[in-house]
Amino acid sequence: MLGVLACGSAAAAEYKPLPGGSFASVLPGDGKDASARIAPFRMREEPVSNAEFLAFVTAHPAWRRDNVPAVFADRGYLSHWAGADRLGDDAKPDQPVTRVSWFAAQAFCESEDASLPSWYEWEYAAAADARRADARADPAWRERVLDWYGRPSGHPLPAIGGAANVYGVRDLNALVWEWVDDFNALLVSSDSREQDGADKLKFCGAGALAMQQKENYATLMRVAMLSALQASDTTRNLGFRCVRHFAKAPR
Amino acid sequence: MKRILLLLALLVTGACAAAAPPLPGDSVYRLQVKLTDQDGHAFPLAARRGRVQVVSMFYASCTMVCPMILDSMHLTARALDAPSRAKLDLLAISFDPAHDDVAALHRHARLRALESPPWTLARAEAPDVRKLAAVLGIRVRVTGAGEFNHSSELVLLDVDGRILARTATIGRSDPAFVQAVRAALAATP
Repeated sequence: MLGVLACGSAAAAEYKPLPGGSFASVLPGDGKDASARIAPFRMREEPVSNAEFLAFVTAHPAWRRDNVPAVFADRGYLSHWAGADRLGDDAKPDQPVTRVSWFAAQAFCESEDASLPSWYEWEYAAAADARRADARADPAWRERVLDWYGRPSGHPLPAIGGAANVYGVRDLNALVWEWVDDFNALLVSSDSREQDGADKLKFCGAGALAMQQKENYATLMRVAMLSALQASDTTRNLGFRCVRHFAKAPR
Repeated sequence: MKRILLLLALLVTGACAAAAPPLPGDSVYRLQVKLTDQDGHAFPLAARRGRVQVVSMFYASCTMVCPMILDSMHLTARALDAPSRAKLDLLAISFDPAHDDVAALHRHARLRALESPPWTLARAEAPDVRKLAAVLGIRVRVTGAGEFNHSSELVLLDVDGRILARTATIGRSDPAFVQAVRAALAATP
């Protein structure tokens, strides 16, 4: 695992420290009102770009679109690139990479000794704006975030390099959707014992969701979108960034 | 005699080469992860290739739904006739590598009288657990304090690790799933 550290792309990605702490997520851990506890971590300043992902598939050819098995990525994987090892006109080097599966995103993060963020880590980082660690109570902030979701998705993606938030992290809210480590379990009930029918499990988490922070509608949309994905899925607006965790303190 | 030996040798090598064609692209055995079973034996996931499997995920300290997951696997196997049952493997992988070490898995197998074969209780390292859940389409999330939110599903794999069927029916056997298991076993020698 450490060996792959050496073979990253030329310029190492910048990771910014985030202090973590208690955080009121739209997804309370107990399904009611418990805050999430987030350990300090470091997050990639920017989402992974096409250029960075090209360097990755060049160093790890198993992740080229002409090599990757169906179990790890659907047919849309990197399909906007001009070739398996070429970006072309529809994928600028400084645009965020999209059409990548969860497996491919994980593999990329591992190649730089990192992993995908948990939902809590991502939501916590994205709650900040340029001045505040938690801007979510501000209607203007919510409006801006919601605006992005309302934009039609047919337009070319902008380049990476939006304004930094208080942690120095960019482009969390208005560039692409981003994979998280636990993307597929966000709506699973917080009490797995509630199980008396095949379908109930799929929906009881949503009931809990509706109780929390309805005004953060945009964040809830993100949860719903991520929950609908399979790990091999790719979409034209879904990219990712990575995080690094500090070594665990002894219990 | 020499010629017969040579012929035999050719046959054997031929058979070995034929036994391992490349895995299909949609095989979960493409995932290169190491598992360790309740007796401490380590094996790559792909070592399960060659036999039909019913797979699920659980954790030993989960007292409510997880025993029902294992029950459902048991009930699925019991719904088969004896010759079919002998061809089926049951694999339950822990969500909880921090607590479910080999000793805990071993205890759990004893406690629940899960005999090997057909049972394998297995653990993997944390990042691999996440990937295993992802290839199997099982939803899992750590909620802190050693608890996991997870979907409860049984997954049927063919001899090459392709997902043939799944069921979220827990606590009793699902007739459609049992039928799929039967069909998969009938298709294997």
